[in-house]
Amino acid sequence: MTVFYIVIQQIVNGLILGSFYSLIALGYSMVYGIIKLLNFAHGDIYMVGAFVGYGALGIFGSVLGVGWLGIAVALLISMFLVGLLGMLVHRLAYQPLINKQAPRMSLLITAVGVSFTLFNGVMVLTNGEYKTFSTSLGYEGISLGLVNITYTQIIMVVATAILMLALYWFINRTMYGKAMRAIALDQDACRLMGINVTKTISLTFFVGSALAAAAGVMAGVYYGSIQFYMGFVIGLKAFTAAVIGGIGSIPGAMIGGLVLGLLETAGTQLPFIGSAWKDVFSFGILILLLVFKPTGIFGKSEIERM
Amino acid sequence: MSILEVQKLTLRFGGLTAVSNLSFELEENTIMSLIGPNGAGKTSAFNCLTGFYKGSEGEILFKGQSIFRQKPHKITKLGMARTFQNLRLFKDMTVLENVMSGMHSRTKAGVFGAILRLPSQVHEEQRIRQVSKECLDFVGILDKESRLARNLAYGDQRRVEWARALATQPQLLLLDEPAAGLNQDEKEQLVGLIRRIRKDLGITVLLIEHDMGLVMKVSEKIVVIDYGQKIAEGTAEEVKNNPRVIEAYLGKEDEE
Amino acid sequence: MGNSVGGIDRFRKILGDRKTQGAALAVLIIFVILLPLVANNYIEEVATNTLFYIVLALGLNIVVGYAGLVDLGYAAFFAVGAYTTGILMHYGWNFWLTIPMAVLFSVIAGVIIGGPTLRLRSDYLAIVTLGFGEITRITARNLKITGGASGLVGIQRPSIFGHILNQITDFYYLFFILVILAVLVAMRLHNSRLGRAWQYIREDEDAAEAMGIDPVKTKLYAYMIGAAFGGIAGAFFAVKMTAISPETFAFTQSAMILLAVILGGMGKIPGAILGAVFLVLFPEIFRGIGQTRMLFFGIMLVIIMVFRPQGLWPERKG
Repeated sequence: MTVFYIVIQQIVNGLILGSFYSLIALGYSMVYGIIKLLNFAHGDIYMVGAFVGYGALGIFGSVLGVGWLGIAVALLISMFLVGLLGMLVHRLAYQPLINKQAPRMSLLITAVGVSFTLFNGVMVLTNGEYKTFSTSLGYEGISLGLVNITYTQIIMVVATAILMLALYWFINRTMYGKAMRAIALDQDACRLMGINVTKTISLTFFVGSALAAAAGVMAGVYYGSIQFYMGFVIGLKAFTAAVIGGIGSIPGAMIGGLVLGLLETAGTQLPFIGSAWKDVFSFGILILLLVFKPTGIFGKSEIERM
Repeated sequence: MSILEVQKLTLRFGGLTAVSNLSFELEENTIMSLIGPNGAGKTSAFNCLTGFYKGSEGEILFKGQSIFRQKPHKITKLGMARTFQNLRLFKDMTVLENVMSGMHSRTKAGVFGAILRLPSQVHEEQRIRQVSKECLDFVGILDKESRLARNLAYGDQRRVEWARALATQPQLLLLDEPAAGLNQDEKEQLVGLIRRIRKDLGITVLLIEHDMGLVMKVSEKIVVIDYGQKIAEGTAEEVKNNPRVIEAYLGKEDEE
Repeated sequence: MGNSVGGIDRFRKILGDRKTQGAALAVLIIFVILLPLVANNYIEEVATNTLFYIVLALGLNIVVGYAGLVDLGYAAFFAVGAYTTGILMHYGWNFWLTIPMAVLFSVIAGVIIGGPTLRLRSDYLAIVTLGFGEITRITARNLKITGGASGLVGIQRPSIFGHILNQITDFYYLFFILVILAVLVAMRLHNSRLGRAWQYIREDEDAAEAMGIDPVKTKLYAYMIGAAFGGIAGAFFAVKMTAISPETFAFTQSAMILLAVILGGMGKIPGAILGAVFLVLFPEIFRGIGQTRMLFFGIMLVIIMVFRPQGLWPERKG
């Protein structure tokens, strides 16, 4: 019976972790889908999101309190500002190379440079210190036997679901979303049809970065502390999630994140993996996937060659 | 004896059948053309022969050996060379270096040969240059050997492609729309070149071409395909008067 | 920025003809040989470090520059070499005998990483190599034989003809010899059948394959040779430092070596050397500004890519 409760508890933990992965994976997938760039700096965008949220909570927390209202406001502010940061990065670092039709390798290296800049920038600004998110959220929740689910956990999952539904609506129902999907299919045709391609790409960066920022703030609230290197490993894992789902696919990124979150929490419970090897486990999954099923669950297979 | 045998070749992309049940034979030391209206599946068939597409069903025998779903570099090594419809030169390398690529599968120096500069490797390098220059001379642009490929005129870039394919020392040469983008004068020279390739070098030639004038002039045998299927086969005269061919190209009269 | 690059171009123009080039190279070599006679310990240490990174950059340049493959986990090979030497010497092996083993194991690592992944698209390859790099580091941290998180300590200094190499000057000259060998090997590879095959694949993989070149095998060679360079460098690194720990081989290390290659200009030997020199000297010169220097490093990388994606060293004109 205890085993049963452990399994349920781990599923809950896995879903929370998976929600973070999903939100970040969406940004990877959207950017990859539209300009075929593996945005290496995306994990750092998530990290910056956590810090902006921390700052916003510090400022508005005194007025709105550090409960759900304050957190929600901090979350929205962080999403907006980091979204702008994403657009800025696109305009300054990526678009000039896209205009020059530079090789993809140059674009990738630029992304590494952006990642370095954000990473070290935050390290300098924070002196490399941990910051503690002080919130008034307690540990109350629902208990089912030995399984404890806090309200915080429930609200996290619900918030993720809301963000994803909003994104789904945006992509499928609005003109901007349609433009994005069209550009992913054929940029030149879109240009001919009068779609402002650069602007749409910029918007994609805004949305992707805002979602990562949301994940950053939520992770800060959930885990309690943040630091400048929090984006690196989670960025890699979110990319794994995007690949699991099929890179370029929006529902794929959502599902991929949850799958990876569950797999990882399950993996940690296995005696021969444990927490010391859990990153090896995730990377191992990534490598096996890329080698044997690079199109992921929802990805479209490409015609074999040429 | 036939150098190339295609048996019931079929290629499907998802629901679309690009090549369907295509069979033909190519006699050694002949010049043959594969023609058909736009979208008839010529290029798809071509890419199956050269290994760039993996055929779905059927069999392709080259010198009696199966090359069906074989990798392109292995097919080249067996003695079948190809050119590309839209030039695919190594643009930032010299003309000579471009042609030297063809000798890759005929030579074998490896890591240690290169690092230690073994005599055998030095000798091999000389041979690669020698053969490549001969190929350039054959197509008539030896004087441009040290220019960068991207700086050549279009017609000369085409010649680099032919020289490069010849440098693989093939027994069968597949030309994918070799006349595309050439002017009348250059097309005349192309006809001469194709004939010399067969006569002087003893290489069998299979071409895919849009230019009917060229096809009729140079081919000894023509295979016509439409909707991925063979609709006619024979000499230029026979094909020209075949009602199915006329229909495929001009459409049925009672249509519309 | 534009000015300094223009400066390099002009400098290159002055060096245009072969004679001046040869003379400049001779002066440079004499300078490097005589440096320890006039330099203090600090300068010698920095110079030795520079030579060391030149070897790594030349090795990675074969993978990235010659074969056009992204590799964000190069430190893994360097780690395999260092740990192989460290562990074998712990069991009483002579240093010089560990070198072939270091090469062997890093090449095996290269095949394991490269074999299944070289078919992948370049950006997937980037992430896979990064993943392998991290796996290597985490494995070193978790295994007993590699000394866990604290790594290996007390690795003995090697000796040559009875002379124990324990002065910084010894390592300076040792690494200088390594650099010369590395340059020679890289040059010869570049001007060989294999070197051309890499360039064909980089320019147009389909066309190269149509010419009878096996892309996977050719790329794998680049990986194996690059790995061998890393393995040798790692072996020497182990005996110079006498202690190695997993964090030495973190992602930052891989990224730095890659930056050296790209900064200098991919595929160019002087470029890789210039990049490595810059990479070591930049943080040393800007030691005063502390942590901020890595921030500038990131910004500079973006600026260089945006304004000069082909790297600092100019292209050969044809």
